[in-house]
Amino acid sequence: MAIIYSIKRNFVRFNTAQFCVLLFILAIFTISFVFPLGTLFSKAFTGENGAFAGFANYKSYFGNPSLSVSVWNTIDISLVTTIFSTAFGFLYAYAITRTKILGKSFFKYVALVPIFIPTVVHALGLVYIFGRQGVITRLGFDIELYGRNGIIISEIIYTFPQAFLLFLVALEYVDGRLYEACEVMGVKPLRQFLHVTLPEMKYTVVNTIFVCFTLAFTDFGAPKVIGGNYNVLATDIYKQIAGQFNMNMGAVVGTLLLIPAIISFITGRFVSNKNTSTLNSKTIPLTISKNPVRDATFFLFCGFIATFFILLIISLFIGAFTTYYPYDLNLTLKHFIFNQSKGGIGCFFNSVLMSVASAVLGSIFVFVYSYMMEKAEGFGILTKYGKLLSLLPLAVPGMVIGVSFIFFFNSESNPLHFIYGTIIILVLSNIIHYFSVPYLTATGALKKLDREFEMVAESMNIPCWQTFFRVSVPLSTHAIAEIAMYFFVNSMVTVSAIVFLYSANFKIAAIAITHMEEAGDISQAAAMSLLILLVNVAVRMLYHIIKEKS
Amino acid sequence: MSFLEIKNITKRFGQQTVLSNINMNIEQGELVCILGPSGCGKTTLLRIIAGLETADSGQIFIDSRDSTFLPSSKRNFGIVFQSYALFPNMTVMENILFGLKQKKEMTSAERKKKALDMLNLVDLCEHQNKYPRQLSGGQQQRTAIARAIALSPSYLLLDEPLSALDAKVRAKLRTEIRALQRKIGITTIMVTHDQEEALTMADRIIVMNNAVIEQIANPHTIYNYPASRFVADFIGTMNFYNEGEAMRGIRPEKIKVVEHWEPHDIKALVKELEFKGAFTRIHSHIPKENSEFFIDLPSERVENMKLQRDTMLFLQIPEEHAVRYSV
Repeated sequence: MAIIYSIKRNFVRFNTAQFCVLLFILAIFTISFVFPLGTLFSKAFTGENGAFAGFANYKSYFGNPSLSVSVWNTIDISLVTTIFSTAFGFLYAYAITRTKILGKSFFKYVALVPIFIPTVVHALGLVYIFGRQGVITRLGFDIELYGRNGIIISEIIYTFPQAFLLFLVALEYVDGRLYEACEVMGVKPLRQFLHVTLPEMKYTVVNTIFVCFTLAFTDFGAPKVIGGNYNVLATDIYKQIAGQFNMNMGAVVGTLLLIPAIISFITGRFVSNKNTSTLNSKTIPLTISKNPVRDATFFLFCGFIATFFILLIISLFIGAFTTYYPYDLNLTLKHFIFNQSKGGIGCFFNSVLMSVASAVLGSIFVFVYSYMMEKAEGFGILTKYGKLLSLLPLAVPGMVIGVSFIFFFNSESNPLHFIYGTIIILVLSNIIHYFSVPYLTATGALKKLDREFEMVAESMNIPCWQTFFRVSVPLSTHAIAEIAMYFFVNSMVTVSAIVFLYSANFKIAAIAITHMEEAGDISQAAAMSLLILLVNVAVRMLYHIIKEKS
Repeated sequence: MSFLEIKNITKRFGQQTVLSNINMNIEQGELVCILGPSGCGKTTLLRIIAGLETADSGQIFIDSRDSTFLPSSKRNFGIVFQSYALFPNMTVMENILFGLKQKKEMTSAERKKKALDMLNLVDLCEHQNKYPRQLSGGQQQRTAIARAIALSPSYLLLDEPLSALDAKVRAKLRTEIRALQRKIGITTIMVTHDQEEALTMADRIIVMNNAVIEQIANPHTIYNYPASRFVADFIGTMNFYNEGEAMRGIRPEKIKVVEHWEPHDIKALVKELEFKGAFTRIHSHIPKENSEFFIDLPSERVENMKLQRDTMLFLQIPEEHAVRYSV
């Protein structure tokens, strides 16, 4: 009797429709994330003949100094990048949240500009400023751009906005009462900073260090374009796979690329568990004291960074609109007529098409996924599995996703082989690559919705899909718009995963820019970069309009 | 047979038993309050009645039909939560129509009329095109009730429906909800931790504590003859004292204060005077029992008696109002 009772009660709240949707999304995620990664690891531990090889591949990798030097090079540039980006990001965010400098919103938007262009374009801008014919180089300052220096500066530009955003959020949310208490007790500003501000930032500092390190560690675009002979892991993996077709060695490098992200992932979980928010409804905003010296210093600092970013963009404009920089500065539009050999203007439209598809399908997938995790009850282990998977993509760099996709989908025996070389695999890789951040956005939005909405609807006998479309979706438009924008912008600028997966018939803009730069068509590369920047800024503005409305 | 019968319901969350062998019957058309401190299991019980939660064992009969494993959508009830859970993206009218749209046998004109009838009933017709955030707390509450009863459910569940409101509105809504419930005669189960709410609204009160039912009775019986020490303490205030082997209890307002001492009267010293408006609560010390008594007297009388700290009082405990407890 007791057994029958317990079986029956498990089926009372069982929803077949929800169960099918849950199985479907988990199957997609497993096939396009877990299986490919599994193939990567199996390749790393097998020989060319397919037999198990243990650590033999790793031994031969580290036994070859011309290969293993990349490990140290990569750590080197990542460390330097991390130090600068974290420091700059903190100071910049501090200036915007805790001082009275002028032009805060201007500074805020300028700092985000690098997000809207591919990393290869950061490098391209640097070529215009510090390259052989660069403005600064011609003034007599040669910083020897090609190689270590160039990569580091590029990666700082790439990671700075991320560091800035993380600190901005952390510094914005502050309880002004803490500082009022300090004032009342007569605590000096320096001690306030050391004993109140910094302790609150602990988690963010650790997080930022890991984010910057991981991004720099795995970036492909900048080292590809201005790395010169300075080898890093991301360019190595590309050479192994696309150049020498040495899949096993490529897999080895792929697993190495995972290491910092995995460490940061584990530490992140560890640290965030201890990070308890002290915010509540009684929190009052901070009043910023007057301090002209402080404000002037921070203004100069922000001005320096902003000027540098603006200079990068201006140099792209000059490159794109002049006949032959620096020899012929007559204005022209001819660089916007792209060589057909590099994909022509078509690759720009391909990029837009791919990004729209990634944004639309990605938003649907992420939102349904989060909804099932947050609102569907009674699926115990399936929900746990889904939640576990949801954050793992954070730890997997684009290069690794790209390589895993080749291994998995390019195998003739895979029934999904047909998506290889089509736009489908590009969109799928984008959705998986950029899954976790939108997932957190969606989950956050859904958590804010009253659980009782579903219960009321259930009591009125309203089917769950109607509640989903009539209540959950309309109440989350803001989050969905943010997710779509995130997918779009990132899909427009990404190179890492795509570089392994695009086909000659479907080239995309960010890849084309890389090829143009390598071929020396830097004016066309600049022109293409401006198109990407333009469409990304337009999408960002569209998002603002939607946000204002909702 | 009763409208709703709950038999031997038990529910555990992990190691913790939240409902232990719960039995009760609810009659057609009555308003029953499940009253108890937070964590006593009352909300879980309501959720089991609603089908939003399943019990580990036990049965539920609704209208003589075994409904233990009936999904919530088939139970035909209306529910109002503490948060009201009004859909913020819909107007008052749309909120009510959202559920009515499921009634395929109704034409859209009929649905609209039904919704208007509901709004009339709760006196919100003029606000039908407003969004929930444009309404006051009390209006939102009434919208939630209108939405819950629009589908003509066979019973209504109210989960702490007044807790989010301020005192004045709460008092007003108590009477309104009660009047509405009488008017449409709907069987209603309300969960609350507010004893005053339970006393003023309910036909019967079910007092729960620590996963078990302490007492089921009408408000008068609950107040005047609380079945256990817990009930006596939880509802109103009770002074406890020993009489021989027995434990006895007396409500503060039932204690008689006399001017002149007679044998058997209890001597008490005034410790504190707590002015509560119409009456004053006297905190007193009984030297003989070495215990504290609360005594409620009309404030006017306290003034006339010129009571102060350390004034000596003479108390009588009328036998008919003293409650006896087994220890």
